[in-house]
Amino acid sequence: MRDALLTLNGVHANIHQYNILHGVDLVVPRGEVTMLLGRNGAGKTTTLRTIMGLWQAHQGEINFDGKNITQSATAQIAKLGVGYVPEDMGVFSDLTVEENMILAAVSAPVSQERLDRIFKAFPPLKTFWHSAAGNLSGGQKQMLSIARAMAEQRQLYLIDEPTKGLAPAIINTMAAALAELKSNGATILMVEQNFEVAKYLGDKCAVMEDGKITWAGDMAEMAKDKVLQERHMGLSMEAI
Amino acid sequence: MSAAPEHNPTLHKLGLQDRIAPYIPLLLVPIIMLIGAGAIQSPSSWMTLTVSGLAMGMMIFIMASGLTLVFGLMDVINFGHGAFISVGAFIGISILLSLGGLTGAPSLFLNVLAVLAAIIGAMVGAGALGWAFERVIVKPVYGAHLKQILVTMGGMIVVEQLILVFWGPDEIFITRPETLKGAFIFFGAAVEKFRLLAVVFGLVIFVGMRWVLRSTKIGLIVRAGVENGEMVKALGYPLRLVFISIFIAGSALAGLGGVMWGLYQEVITAQMGGNLMVLVFIVVIIGGLGSVEGCFIGALLVGLLQNYVGYLDPKLALVSNIGLMVFILMWRPQGMIPVVKAK
Repeated sequence: MRDALLTLNGVHANIHQYNILHGVDLVVPRGEVTMLLGRNGAGKTTTLRTIMGLWQAHQGEINFDGKNITQSATAQIAKLGVGYVPEDMGVFSDLTVEENMILAAVSAPVSQERLDRIFKAFPPLKTFWHSAAGNLSGGQKQMLSIARAMAEQRQLYLIDEPTKGLAPAIINTMAAALAELKSNGATILMVEQNFEVAKYLGDKCAVMEDGKITWAGDMAEMAKDKVLQERHMGLSMEAI
Repeated sequence: MSAAPEHNPTLHKLGLQDRIAPYIPLLLVPIIMLIGAGAIQSPSSWMTLTVSGLAMGMMIFIMASGLTLVFGLMDVINFGHGAFISVGAFIGISILLSLGGLTGAPSLFLNVLAVLAAIIGAMVGAGALGWAFERVIVKPVYGAHLKQILVTMGGMIVVEQLILVFWGPDEIFITRPETLKGAFIFFGAAVEKFRLLAVVFGLVIFVGMRWVLRSTKIGLIVRAGVENGEMVKALGYPLRLVFISIFIAGSALAGLGGVMWGLYQEVITAQMGGNLMVLVFIVVIIGGLGSVEGCFIGALLVGLLQNYVGYLDPKLALVSNIGLMVFILMWRPQGMIPVVKAK
């Protein structure tokens, strides 16, 4: 068992008057990909946003690399080496692809070597380098969103549904890029609805329901056990 | 999963219509000038009014540019922005009055030195007031528009009353520095020296602001923050610090605009900032909330229209600007150069 880079202990979070997280316990091992699965509304996105400090946990504790970040500001958490790819991609439409990347490199400009790697994974970004990001297609915006997280060496990537609404060909591009990131030893906590992608990328798996983790273990175990899938996610994966 | 497929699109050249589309709002400025030329008929009067309109527009732009960024960046409706204009004007003009030796000398260098001292004083004073205003009045009401309107308006009234306490209830009349008095004559048209200076000043501020926003990293952060502040924070930038800096810079620019306006009108009152807010808000709204370029074009349109209509039918001057706002918002409901906001 690798050591934990991120741990959540009994995390509760509210959005306005709604209680969304009801005591989330989660361990994200260093250098592995942990998939966060569950139905819509289970609290997956809220979990990522709470880790990122975009919503505050009002109870429980979040530790990242040995530091308690429960009450830290979002910018401080990012500076610790956490890259965030939100569900809505969060690209700056008014800025060019180049400007989006410049902004993503907070501590130093993106190195040519890193840029070459990004262009290899996402060729359209090179083509549209000087175009406004708002003019990109949905898939290209998602590529930019992930490329932005890759602009610097991060300790942890929080990625929220990177394949949502994308065509199968683009999903493959995305999965290949994330697999490349994984092969370089990245630690990733990823929310994913596409079980094929989850199986392909995931080392660990945690299932959420009603604001809690109801099952956590190896992705391989979840992938081969149909009963487990049925019990924890209420879906027959054969049907997907 | 199968291997990633080739996904390598190519760019095609944009058509003429697509290429000129972003510049259409800018074309409104020469169009209004041409309409003005047709309506006024006397070329010399038209030229005088055009320079006056451009000068007025530039000064309104200086005052409004900070407000539009503050709104765009933090969604704060600051009805108290006029307070910075008034305070800047009073501090700057007080400095000018105390430098009578410099302003009265027939030397352009000494006159400009005095004006620069007044501008620096006004910007520092208005910027400091902006900092205090943000800390005490704006910070507690983030995200609550109705409260923002009420509390910032209240803040402006308090500042206006403080001006009356410190400077007295009377209007303060001033004369421009010696070498900035009078006018140049171009083809029979009188063009006031100070108005030309205001045009140059406004252009310098606009070009400088555009350079910062388009060519520096802090500019990128501001532009990105206007669109999606949450994501800027998630990338690791302290957005609150950026916002406070913009608020102070915007207040300082309002103070600068106040001094320029005071010298333009040759009189200052505690209520001048509040009175100017009507024009400032029209400019910010028609430009597109958060857009500096839109604010610049909007200010020029308002300045020109106010002067042309004021000459043709003085009673319609302010109404004309309301009409302009209605026209622009019917054409582009988000303003001339709308800023993209994250959902």
